[in-house]
Amino acid sequence: MSRTTDRQAVIVGIGATEFSKDSGRTELRLACEASRSALEDAGIPGAEVDGVSTFSMDNNFEIDVHRQVGGHELRFFSRTEYGGGAALGPFHHAYCALAAGQCQTVLIYRGMNERSGLRFGGGQIMNMNALNPDMIHFSHYFPSGFMTPASWIAMTARRYMHEYGATSEDFGRIAVSMRDFASTNPAAFYYERPITLDDHQNSRMIADPLRLFDCCQESDGAVAFVVTTAERARDLDVDGVRIAAVRQCALPSSRQVTPFYGDDIARFPEFDAMAGDLYETAGLQPDDIDVACLYDHFTPSILPQLEAFGFCKTGEAADFVRDGHISRGGRIPVNTNGGQIGEAYIHGLNGVAEIVRQLRGTSVNQVAGADHALVTAGAGVPTGAAILSRMEA
Amino acid sequence: MGAKSSQRIRPVENYDSAHFWQGLRDGKLLIQECGACGLRRHPPQPMCEQCQSLDWTTVESSGRGTIYSYTVIHYPEIPPFEYPNAIVLVDLDEGVRLASQLRGADPDDIAIGQRVIAKLVDVQDDLTLPVFEIAP
Ligand SMILES: [Zn+2]
Repeated sequence: MSRTTDRQAVIVGIGATEFSKDSGRTELRLACEASRSALEDAGIPGAEVDGVSTFSMDNNFEIDVHRQVGGHELRFFSRTEYGGGAALGPFHHAYCALAAGQCQTVLIYRGMNERSGLRFGGGQIMNMNALNPDMIHFSHYFPSGFMTPASWIAMTARRYMHEYGATSEDFGRIAVSMRDFASTNPAAFYYERPITLDDHQNSRMIADPLRLFDCCQESDGAVAFVVTTAERARDLDVDGVRIAAVRQCALPSSRQVTPFYGDDIARFPEFDAMAGDLYETAGLQPDDIDVACLYDHFTPSILPQLEAFGFCKTGEAADFVRDGHISRGGRIPVNTNGGQIGEAYIHGLNGVAEIVRQLRGTSVNQVAGADHALVTAGAGVPTGAAILSRMEA
Repeated sequence: MGAKSSQRIRPVENYDSAHFWQGLRDGKLLIQECGACGLRRHPPQPMCEQCQSLDWTTVESSGRGTIYSYTVIHYPEIPPFEYPNAIVLVDLDEGVRLASQLRGADPDDIAIGQRVIAKLVDVQDDLTLPVFEIAP
């Protein structure tokens, strides 16, 4: 097991707004509310925040959030590209900046009105500027009406079915499991609304093979974190969660949500590439991981992630799910907050918050004695992953 | 969906990609080929990722290929497209993969491994796209 060094990054505060379909306020206000909550949770005054990090598609300037939480001077600020794939970028940047002594207290936030404002799933054009790299990239898809994340990820799901024999029912069991966790999470949009496999099979087709209940929600809300050094965390009256290992990954086959050109698009090869490093850095094995939040924009994406991180063998994830191993009481409960399918879609950050709660022992769907957890960012994009551990573990 | 546009979104045509879009208007499906090492690539990009050469030429594709993956889009219905809208990833015989629409097939009959052929279709004024059909 790796030792905690004095400058190792530790998450000491989490904050969030309610998750809804229409927040009734600006994204900036959402970001400020969640950030203030995270600082209060940590017991750190905003004046101490000297680093801020968020990721692409957030419409709030770092300096506006920093000023309003009472910050004095920013020594470090960063913003990571690639949407949900960037969800762990800010943690990676905080980890590096803290270790290098570049700053002392990093605020991470993501605030969005993704349901009442610009809906990612609607095929809306985010930027028509001919110099914008997204627009240049999507020029090979949008003119054909190939315009939504569901349709892009459907291509990888179809290949996974072809390669490994997975079925729509296999995807459905993932949705049922997450909606079960959501049903007992009062913060979840789908609180007290579980579904059955029949409900999944009867839900409308969105982009074959993806049905409505394979798709994450579109949500309004914000989530924020405060990250500082282990040395500082020991002086705070909080249960810190240390970042045991974190990294990002992009490969030559990586594309902006359209990973169509690799040799084998059934898998998300970024996860295969990262897993070994992360376990080695953390000094852990798959068997040591007690709980996971795996990026679930669409249910099929869970399957190759379970394989990449060694919870089951390649091609066996559907059986692993069918045997209940990712569900309540299973070997590696996945997305115990209900995930982005059941709780809310805050671009991956609500999953990181659930992992912090699990390692503090405060999740509403607590896994007993959780010491170590895995969390991933978006699938089918340049992405990232992290292993988080209890401070004492 | 915002404004009820009845037009498809037009692609960006720049120094790297204009040959592809102009080629379609001229009735040719052109694939980039590295002038130094011969590696073919699509979508277009300025530098060969294998040998870093900036020299490139094009080869004309036969339009024939094999379905590598596909989806049939039902929702949301975005104007001016007709639904369901079948999209295929096709491994062209010339060695690159290309995404486009598949027309004239029953969605239930589409399968990975099927042979397809691209027809170059003027889908609207000044926009020509390769549209696949199941090969006879
Ligand atoms: Zn070359």
